[in-house]
Amino acid sequence: MSLIVNGTAVPAPADARVSLLDHLRETLHLTGTKKGCNQGACGACTVLVEGERILSCLALAVQYDGRQVTTVEGLAQDGALHPLQAAFVEHDGFQCGYCTPGQICSAIGMAAEAQRGVPSYLSDDLSADTTLTRAEIQERMSGNLCRCGAYNGIIDAIQATIAPKVPA
Amino acid sequence: MSIVDTAKQAAQGLLQSAMEKLVPLAPDSWIPGGVPDPLIARKHGLIGKPVSRLDGALKVSGGAHFSAEHRFDGMVYASLAYSTIARGRIVAIDSAEAQAAPGVVLVMTHHNAPRMAAPALFGSSPTAVGASDLPILQDDRIHWNGQPVACILAETQEQADHAVSLLRVTYAPEPATTTLEGAKANGIEPGVFMGGPLENTIGDAEGAFASAAHKVDHTYRTPRHNHNPIEPHAATLAWIGDELVIHDASQMVSQQAQTIGEVFGLKPEQVHLTSPYVGGGFGSKGLWDHQIIAAAAARLSGRPVRIALSREGVYRIVGGRTLTEQRVAIGACADGTFQALIHTGLTVITPHNAMPEPFILGTQSAYAAPNLLLKVEATRMDLLTNTFMRAPGEAVGTFALESAIDEMAVELGIDPVELRIRNEPEKDPTSGLPFSSRHIVEAWRQGAARFGWDQRSPVPGARQEGEWRTGMGCATGTYPYYRMPGAEARITLTRDGDTVRAKVEVAAAEMGMGTATTTAIVAAERLGLPIEAIEVGYGDSAIPGAIMAGGSQQTAAIGAAVIAAHTALVDELLALAGNDSPLAGLSADEVGSDEGGLAKLDEPGRRESYASILARAQRDSVTATKAGSAPLELMHWSMHSYSAVFCEVRVNAVTGETRVSRVLGAFDCGRILNPKTATSQFRGGIIMGLGMALMEETMVDDRSGRIMNPSLAEYHLPVHLDVPEIDVIWTDIADPHTPMGAHGIGEIGITGVAAAVANAVYNATGKRVRDLPITLDRLI
Repeated sequence: MSLIVNGTAVPAPADARVSLLDHLRETLHLTGTKKGCNQGACGACTVLVEGERILSCLALAVQYDGRQVTTVEGLAQDGALHPLQAAFVEHDGFQCGYCTPGQICSAIGMAAEAQRGVPSYLSDDLSADTTLTRAEIQERMSGNLCRCGAYNGIIDAIQATIAPKVPA
Repeated sequence: MSIVDTAKQAAQGLLQSAMEKLVPLAPDSWIPGGVPDPLIARKHGLIGKPVSRLDGALKVSGGAHFSAEHRFDGMVYASLAYSTIARGRIVAIDSAEAQAAPGVVLVMTHHNAPRMAAPALFGSSPTAVGASDLPILQDDRIHWNGQPVACILAETQEQADHAVSLLRVTYAPEPATTTLEGAKANGIEPGVFMGGPLENTIGDAEGAFASAAHKVDHTYRTPRHNHNPIEPHAATLAWIGDELVIHDASQMVSQQAQTIGEVFGLKPEQVHLTSPYVGGGFGSKGLWDHQIIAAAAARLSGRPVRIALSREGVYRIVGGRTLTEQRVAIGACADGTFQALIHTGLTVITPHNAMPEPFILGTQSAYAAPNLLLKVEATRMDLLTNTFMRAPGEAVGTFALESAIDEMAVELGIDPVELRIRNEPEKDPTSGLPFSSRHIVEAWRQGAARFGWDQRSPVPGARQEGEWRTGMGCATGTYPYYRMPGAEARITLTRDGDTVRAKVEVAAAEMGMGTATTTAIVAAERLGLPIEAIEVGYGDSAIPGAIMAGGSQQTAAIGAAVIAAHTALVDELLALAGNDSPLAGLSADEVGSDEGGLAKLDEPGRRESYASILARAQRDSVTATKAGSAPLELMHWSMHSYSAVFCEVRVNAVTGETRVSRVLGAFDCGRILNPKTATSQFRGGIIMGLGMALMEETMVDDRSGRIMNPSLAEYHLPVHLDVPEIDVIWTDIADPHTPMGAHGIGEIGITGVAAAVANAVYNATGKRVRDLPITLDRLI
């Protein structure tokens, strides 16, 4: 059994109890993915599995045999930050930086969901194309907690890059 | 205590009281800050320009390693078992099954834990930072529901967690005080904070209140809160020879190392604690039981240990803000002038801590009332010890005070902004000291204009669209300017050919406030070097001095230490420059740093570069270490950060749901050093204030003393959709008496916010909510 993490095949754990989050952090030493609550309430552990955002604390590593997992360490290309990563720095979308990898992975997954037309609580028409207004982004990012309160900067960074500004 | 200690304390007490009498009377020029920091006058440098965080790229790419992300060879994982009773004794711990479980390396209980001293209680010495002084795993006594009773080490976290589930602990419970009513019945005592009573009496407040023409008199309640940094508390540590190496998450790096060392009977240099990244703290990232238990288990097992608390574990052993019941009574004349201001009440502590929530601190210098009565009393419950949480005292104290001001504005029919301005004091109402820099009226005027305060109807419930009622409220925020003693800075200039770089080291903590970046900005200006040539060292107990990221004082403490170290560095450089330098014969107070070297202050052409001085002296580097001046300015002026907070809410008439639609904070906090990171500090504080206003509450089961909502699913924090775009402005008026002209900004943001929300809710609905949080049930 193996998983593909940031493009590299890695073995799955022998102990079936190991979460994807703990496997990333403790076995693969990819500590960019954070553990905030270990029960799906904070979003700090968000990673991308084939482009979809998941909470790695609620996933068992052995469930992801053969799947492509992307963590925050896998977003930079050729040594250059992903545009959203750079925008987080520019817009001060964090303070302590602990929720940040989860916010960034979640935002990338969120933009892809909107692209696919996945509606949210705020969508008036469930079958219409999604426009990522500020409120739509806020709603769709509400599973990612930030106790430092960098929410304004996070939304600014998302709007400046992967979800271009539209009228609210 | 020995007779020598007693004599020393008595002498210190006499000295302290003499200082308190003399320092206010001394000429300004004798006091630190009496002569303005030269950086205040410099307008063209980096200070005041938005600079992105220097550690930003690391944090967004997953490259910043937090405490639970370090590794040692042979490291094992710790898991804790927590008491399920509030008070009593452990009768037996059956650990046979746990011992035999796969991967288990050690089961440690009070039976086999090494003998350790209890941690020294916060404030009992300059470096003591124990949140309580209870012994840890030393006996069979249980003091709170959630107290650690055993620690299991195993090869993996999964194995350790499973083994803990196999422990069988038998208790003999004893009666515990787990209700507020029970605690009150046991007795009420004066609140003592940092060695002094929390009480101010000026004139006859009760008499003046009784005879006042207009009165408000109400009780306000605030519940327990938890800090909830997204990084749970953790440490990765090892005994290497006789040295204890701890990768920790700490707001008080050196003090924490010292206190841990004392627990294990070590010399200060035998504990090396690092904490370069802290995933949020807000007062909670200090010394708790887990670091001591992990160090003891590591010693007993001979293995390095990672202890990473679960979120529930954080709730069980890391205390939060305690509850308060506050009375605010104001007596005023018809023109709004206050005649009496009474702010008294009760807070809850535990039998083993020293932190009565000091909710009167903000009131001490808020308004000009000739008669004042301020008092905090405390009662004790058998619970987890409470501690400092962002703006301890002011965050909850301003909720009561600023709600009462709003109630008085309604009573008088005077605009609440105007009422506050009418009661603006000319000098500190309790200490009598002059204010160092207080421009709160400007903040009120600028904030009101920008927010559109004139659009507010004074009549509650006047604006309704569909189901939604809209209202506006405001409040004053305040937080004192502190500068704690003990800070040192070490500056090292290193030459490589014609290039000189500087390393500035301070034993400070960076939890995301932007300290590392701001320190680099200030050092670059102070030394006359580009910011790219500055490296900042911090978060390491090997750095001299002790600095706390608390009391919003870190930037001031660092600033004063760097001023002192810079002066020492100039001395060193002048000595090295010798007689062949253009600077020959000049003393340190005649020269300053500028453009990569030293120049005569009133003759800038007379100069020499650092590189040239070092080259001629055949030196590759020069180092100066110095402690900041004693913070006498705190006894000479009344010094505070201020804010005017404006809030607009929409309250659903059917469901009682409150949505915050607009917030503006107008701050008067001296000179703002880095607008980019300062904005985030202000907004972050405001958002925590919104949580306090509308949703945050740590719930304790009255019967068992156990926290009932120990998770981020059940303790509600503001999320993205709860937070509007927050407008932040500032006066940017430098305080002439502080380093860089700056004031602290870490805690002022949360103050006043809960009252501004509550006052807006009143304006929207006509309902006055005096108990936080303002949940739906209180509005329908």
